[in-house]
Amino acid sequence: MSADQQVEADPQVDGNSTGDATSGRGPSIREGAELVGIGLVGVLAAGMLAFIALDWLRAAPGAVGSVAESWFAGVLTLGAWADFYLGTNVFRHPFVWRAAATGVLIGIVGPVVGAFLVHRQMALIGETLAHTAFAGVAFGMLFVALGAGLAGGAVALFGSSGTLLLVALVVSATSALGLQWLTDRTDSYGDVPIAIVLTGSFAVGTLVISWSRDFVSIAIDIEDFLFGSLAIVTATGARLVALLSVVVVALVIYNYKQFLFITFDERAASVARLNVDRYNALLIVMTATVVVGAMQILGVILVAGLLVIPVAAASQVARSFRETLYLSVLVGQVAVLGGLAVSIGASLPPGGSIIVIAIGVYLVAVAVSDRSTSLSMH
Amino acid sequence: MSTIVNIEDVTFGYGDTAAVEDVSLSIDEGEFLGLIGPNGSGKTTLLHLMLGLREPDTGSITLFGEPAHRFDAGERIGYVGQRASDRGDAMPVTVRETVLMGRFARAGHARLTDEDREIAAEAMATVDVDDLADRRVSALSGGQRQRVFIARALASEADILALDEPTVGIDADSRDRFYDLLDDLNAAGMTIVLIEHDIGVLTKHVDTVACINVELYHHGDTVSFLESDALTDAYGRASGILAHNHP
Repeated sequence: MSADQQVEADPQVDGNSTGDATSGRGPSIREGAELVGIGLVGVLAAGMLAFIALDWLRAAPGAVGSVAESWFAGVLTLGAWADFYLGTNVFRHPFVWRAAATGVLIGIVGPVVGAFLVHRQMALIGETLAHTAFAGVAFGMLFVALGAGLAGGAVALFGSSGTLLLVALVVSATSALGLQWLTDRTDSYGDVPIAIVLTGSFAVGTLVISWSRDFVSIAIDIEDFLFGSLAIVTATGARLVALLSVVVVALVIYNYKQFLFITFDERAASVARLNVDRYNALLIVMTATVVVGAMQILGVILVAGLLVIPVAAASQVARSFRETLYLSVLVGQVAVLGGLAVSIGASLPPGGSIIVIAIGVYLVAVAVSDRSTSLSMH
Repeated sequence: MSTIVNIEDVTFGYGDTAAVEDVSLSIDEGEFLGLIGPNGSGKTTLLHLMLGLREPDTGSITLFGEPAHRFDAGERIGYVGQRASDRGDAMPVTVRETVLMGRFARAGHARLTDEDREIAAEAMATVDVDDLADRRVSALSGGQRQRVFIARALASEADILALDEPTVGIDADSRDRFYDLLDDLNAAGMTIVLIEHDIGVLTKHVDTVACINVELYHHGDTVSFLESDALTDAYGRASGILAHNHP
């Protein structure tokens, strides 16, 4: 081996020494454990989607409706038995199941979308879109309260909370595209339009709420949307999350290669004739929808954490991007399920519980990884 | 021998500032062209025009016989940028994942096949990074990392390789190895366009040199370039336009 090869060989040693020391059996056991974990998450998600479907089909006419109703009742009976054995008063309530289902699903799609955002250095986009969603909720309240015409039809179809979320979704997705347009067209640094849209949409939201308070009386507590609450997860809200989760996961699987390439090396991806603008727009709209879904549990202020923290934790220890995705989803599940348990058990807000647990996992990941020193070398 | 890139009377500007003016040159199959010029001289812009990332204001550029900005067989172009242009420093991506990206343009939305993986493995072997396949790109040295990007271009079975100052910030030994690798690829028939600011390194490896500073000052073989005054002329003009800010 020549001298320059020696020179080049050095950085590898401290870069990834643990991985290679165990390159025989270590990685395969690790990969196997991750795949089992992802499989379990998949089963859990399928179960939760089935629960949301049952909840929805209960209203269906005829035999379908009555079968769904009896199965739904069966789930709650199982929950009551669980309560009986555990001495709790939790699992018999449909709202707990809806919240858990929503939590499991956003615990998957949040980190999946976040993995691309974080590594595009767009971590704050989630926070910004949550603020635009807050403005959307404000407009949604006004829309629902006005009641007549289109709003009346929407309320009849989706319920008032469903309509609220749909309006938030539309406003958030539109602002997401507006933000991208603004970023492309201003000469300032990339985070300046983000700061403007973040504060601007919150400003509009507070103005609309204050203004409409005089002539609109709505039973929705705005604080629930700011800090998150299990109680605001309605059947419609859970259904919306189920739908967007399926769509987002399908889109990410279908476009995985394109998102990966653009995230890693945007210039090379555009040379390879990937439509960078289109994939950026798709990613940002997906983020907007995930944020609106997750906002119910986490609240406007904390929702971005679910997109960013699991990915940050996973990136500390993962050896590949695929592993980062898997680990992010696993960390997301630990945070969401743990956070919901703490929230229900100790009557604390779910958003704060989920984020604090996620940060705990992140700190552990930083402590156990050998990556931090090698990263700072560059 | 066929023409890969043909540039005719091309002018391109950012707003009112001309970045490239009245440039005409062509690149033949198997040629190793070096682009040289001062900072802000429009070399990168010219490269982006050739690759079809931008459309000229006037004049025409063809890439494999088609207007460059409408050329859509992205897999035929390999691109290696400056070291800092990718996310490899913090993003957990392995060497293998990076090289496989070279197959993405061909695969589209379909799953990668065993053949794709085989071609990527061969590309890694060609540039001598096959033993690093499972390492994170962030754990590589600068020289190793740039070879990985060459492997990505080889994996896409590109017909032209475009490099924009690929060895900035890389130690001299690794840089020599990197350019020896380019020589080998060129000897095997690869067409290469290279932007490099080090004249000594450039003239040692390329066949032809295009010296530009907004306008084209010289285009010809390395010997004729070294004998000409093109470099002094081109760099003499630099003082006037250094302030102009182009990406």
